[in-house]
Parts: sequence; C-alpha cells; structure tokens
Amino acid sequence: MVTSPAKTDLPSKKDRAGRFVLEDVSVSYGNEKALEAVSFYIEPHKVTAMIGPSGCGKSTLLRCLNRMNDAIDNVKVGGKIMLNDKDIYQKAVDPVSLRMYVGQVFQRPNPFPLSIYDNVAFGPRTQGIRKKAELDQIVEDSLKKAAIFDEVKKSLKKHAFELSGGQQQRLCIARALATKPGVLLMDEPCSALDPISTGMIEETVQQLKESMTVVMVTHNMQQAARVSDTTVFLLRESMEEPAGLVEVAETSTLFTAPRDKRTENYITGRFG
Amino acid sequence: MNNPANTKKNRIIRFQTGLAESGQTTFNGLRNTRGLDSAATIFISVLGWTAIFVLIGIAAFLIQSSLRAFDEVGIWSMIAGSGWFPTSSNARYGFLPAQVGSIWVTTVALSACVPIGVLSAVYLSEFASKRFREAAKTVIEFMVTIPSVVFGLIGLAVLVPLIRQHLPVDSGLVALTAGLVVGIVCLPTIISISEDALRSVPSELRQGSFALGNTRWQTAYKVILPAASSGVFAAVMLGMGRAIGETMVVLMLAGNAGIIPASPLEAARTMTGTIAQETGEVVRGSVHFSVLFTLGLVLFVITFAINLFADMILERSRKKWRR
Repeated sequence: MVTSPAKTDLPSKKDRAGRFVLEDVSVSYGNEKALEAVSFYIEPHKVTAMIGPSGCGKSTLLRCLNRMNDAIDNVKVGGKIMLNDKDIYQKAVDPVSLRMYVGQVFQRPNPFPLSIYDNVAFGPRTQGIRKKAELDQIVEDSLKKAAIFDEVKKSLKKHAFELSGGQQQRLCIARALATKPGVLLMDEPCSALDPISTGMIEETVQQLKESMTVVMVTHNMQQAARVSDTTVFLLRESMEEPAGLVEVAETSTLFTAPRDKRTENYITGRFG
Repeated sequence: MNNPANTKKNRIIRFQTGLAESGQTTFNGLRNTRGLDSAATIFISVLGWTAIFVLIGIAAFLIQSSLRAFDEVGIWSMIAGSGWFPTSSNARYGFLPAQVGSIWVTTVALSACVPIGVLSAVYLSEFASKRFREAAKTVIEFMVTIPSVVFGLIGLAVLVPLIRQHLPVDSGLVALTAGLVVGIVCLPTIISISEDALRSVPSELRQGSFALGNTRWQTAYKVILPAASSGVFAAVMLGMGRAIGETMVVLMLAGNAGIIPASPLEAARTMTGTIAQETGEVVRGSVHFSVLFTLGLVLFVITFAINLFADMILERSRKKWRR
C-alpha cells in the first residue's frame, strides 16, 4: 500500500519543502489503540488532504507530524515517521525545533491577545530575530502570503481580537508562515468559517504549495476535491478496532475511480 | 366565574393550541403559578438585598459614630495628623503613624507573596501534573481556613529570633516581621485566584504557541501570563485587601509603637492593630471612641475600594474569553 518515494524527487538543498514517509504508524491513548498500521508518503509541494468520518483519527495522525501529541498525557506513537529522512520520534529530535519547521493552523482561529503585528512576529521573535526592519519584512511577507495584508496593512497595531473570524484564521496562517516552515499542517482550518472566508483560505493554500508542503484535515469532501493533490482516506470500521488507512491516491483518481468499496461508499455519502 | 382567563386583560394574551382536547399540554399564555412564584421571588430578593443593606448599614453606622470626631477633631487633622496621643491631656488623634505602619506591613507582605504566589500559580497551572495540582490546590485552599493567630504564633517562635539575630534591629518585633507573616497569610488567596485566571486561558492559545516552536516556559510567560494578566492583577489586589485588613498577626508581631516608622525595620502599629488594641480600654461615647470609628471608616473605604476594583478587573477578565 505504500507508494515508495522515487529517489529523483528528493528536495534540493535550497528547497525547504518537507517530505514525510509514514511507516506502520500506530497511535494509542493509554491502553486503547486509536490508529493502526498507517503507511503512506506525503510528497513535497503538494497538498495532501486527510478525509474520513469523525473519530477516524485524522486529527490524531496530523498531530503526530509535529509531535503535538506529546503534550497530551499517555499518548503513544508507534512505527516510524520520517521527515526528510530523519525519524522525528527519535530521542535526539527536539520537538520544539521540529515545530518551527512544521507549522500548524488549528480548527478554531486562536490568535494571541496581542496586536496583529505582534501575532505574526511572535514566531520569528522566538527564533531570536530582533531587528525591526527584518521583522517588518517578515510580517509583511507572511500577511501577503496569507492573503490578508491588504485588509490589515493600515492597522497592524490593532488588537487581533477585533478581526472577524475569517480574518483571524488568515492571521493565524500568517503567524504560522512567519517561522518559514517547510510543512504546514491544517486541522479543519475552515470548519468555523463562512463560505467566502473558506474560499479565500483555499486559494491561499493553492499558492502556499509553491514554497512548502501542506497537509490538511478536512470534514468537507468537496474541499478535499477542490484543494488537494493527494487524498488519504482513513476509517474506523467499528468501535472495537482501531482506525486504519483505507486508500491513498491522487485526488482526482480517488474521487472518480476509488479502488476500495469503502471509499466509494464514503464519498458517495453512504455513511459518515 | 373567577377564572382569570376570562378577565379582559388575560383574554388578549390567550393562545390555545389545537391539541387541547386530546389532553396534551397546552399553552395559554397565562402565569398559572403566579402566587407561589412571586412569593418565592420576593423571599429570594429579600435575602439577596440583605447583604447589600448590611453593607450600607455598616457604612452608615461608621459614619454616624464618626460624626463626633469629625466635629471635634476635624477630618484632616486625623487623616494627615502625625501624632497619636489619645490619652494625653493635650490629646492628638493623627492617623499617620497607623497609616504608614499599614503601608509598610502591606508593602513587605506583597513584595514577599506576589512573586512567590504568581510563580507558584504558573507552576501549578502550566507545569505540574494533574495529580499534583489537585493535591496542591486542596492544601492551599485549606491554608485559607487556618486562623491567622496560628501564623502569628509560628512567626513569634521562628521569625522573630531570626530577624533579631540577623538584622540591625532592637527587637524582632518590627513591621518587617509582621509583613512577612502577613505575606504568608495572603499567599493562598493569591495562588488560588491567579491559578484560576491562568487556567481560564483557552488551551487553544497554548497549542498555538507550542505549534510555533515555543517551549512551555516561553509559552507561559509570553502567552499565558499576558493573557491572564487582568486576573492575576485582581488576585494581587485581593491579596492586598487581605493584607491591609489583617489584624491578629500585626498585633502579635509588629511591635505596636505609636510612632511613624521610617522603615520596615522599626516597630509599627497598623490601622487594624490600633482599633483592636484600644477599643477595649476606651470610654464609650468619648471623642477617642469616635476617632476609632473614623479609623474604621478609613479602613472600610480602602478595603472596599480595593475589593471593588479587583472585582471589576476579574469580571472583565472572565468576559474576555467568552467570544
């Protein structure tokens, strides 16, 4: 089931976009196995969508990719997750530096109670960038990439809470981009937003893949079909057994000619 | 025909659903339980207002009892007066010694307990395991219930000799000693309320900060503390109110000298201490008696203002996250 990465598309040194290989990944909460035997490959400069019904472990799997599960008590991750040929669950790997490279946008917009500028400059400041001119440039670039610069350029000192929900979410994307990540994880980034804001974010995602790899969890199959290049379908078939991977394929293939009967049932709306 | 439904006023708001005949619940727009309901409402309201009336009553009583002092001594020569000689033939009733004493004790108390208290709260909320936090919170809340006289005793036995040995003081009974022990008395209040404020910061902000590559400590001081600042500030204000009001500890440890203390290393007497010490000996109805009530009034106004201010800030911080 693993599509092995072709050696030729290894990223060049200048290219920062990340590449994941998941090998037999499993996740358990305490004694309960939530996810088992997940193996697939996340290609650089592509948008990979993870779909599946609630409770199929897609958010859990996403959080493995930047080790956000570490913060939750008694979560155990098994198998191997390789990022650019490095096992991210090795002891020597510092999750803090991993998260600077693998950024995340959350389900609900979560700006810090600071100004727009300070929100975006937050990550770079943590990385030790202090020069005003340099920060200004990063803030502007990030806001532009997140397609919100024009709306806020006159009011960068405004408190982030004064923005609308859609604007807050794009601000959070800008905040994640400011650390110049090679991978951006998005956990249902549009589930709390209206259709217009959703459209804006989807457009942004299309542009982001030029400079990074995007992994997106979504509930919305139309969204997966619209924005992603590759789709991963996860499913938990009964409460007794852990969720697992059903199918990985190019998005157009998965939605038009699914190989697995369960995928077909799901995308035609027969369950989930 | 006393059916209220037939009175003109009630007929207007009468609704009848089509299901009435089938015996199901109907909605007729009437308040059928009016009698019982309003009795209960009145009862609850009276209880609710009692607290406010008691507060107003206390204020009124303090003012009324102070009138003689206002009249014969004058409010400014009390508040700004530097000498406290209530029993001398040429009696003077200046509050400055007691006010300065209170300021020293409170300052020492807060500078001791605010850093410790806030950092403990940060530890409990952001770093400690759940089990440790639960256990620690129980202990801390128990500490609130320990009578302050017990802390005073411990201070007398432990802190007084220490201070006498290590600092340039005549006796260990100085404002510093009292302030440190008052600080311990205030500590649980500050920890408990700060911790509540820190924990009410949505976990999404923590996640967001971790995802940007911040460590737990960076997250705590760059995101969580600023986000909870108003709640933490309110905790400090409540602790301050507690410190100013503390009586037993200062009576036991501050040295009770009726002079203006130039530093915390001198013996002092506070506003609360003065009232507690002298009400027992004073002639009822005398000017001195009335002056003590004025001192009580000053104390009442200060603590009321502090608590009100803290409460307003706390309320604001609660609203902040209801988005």
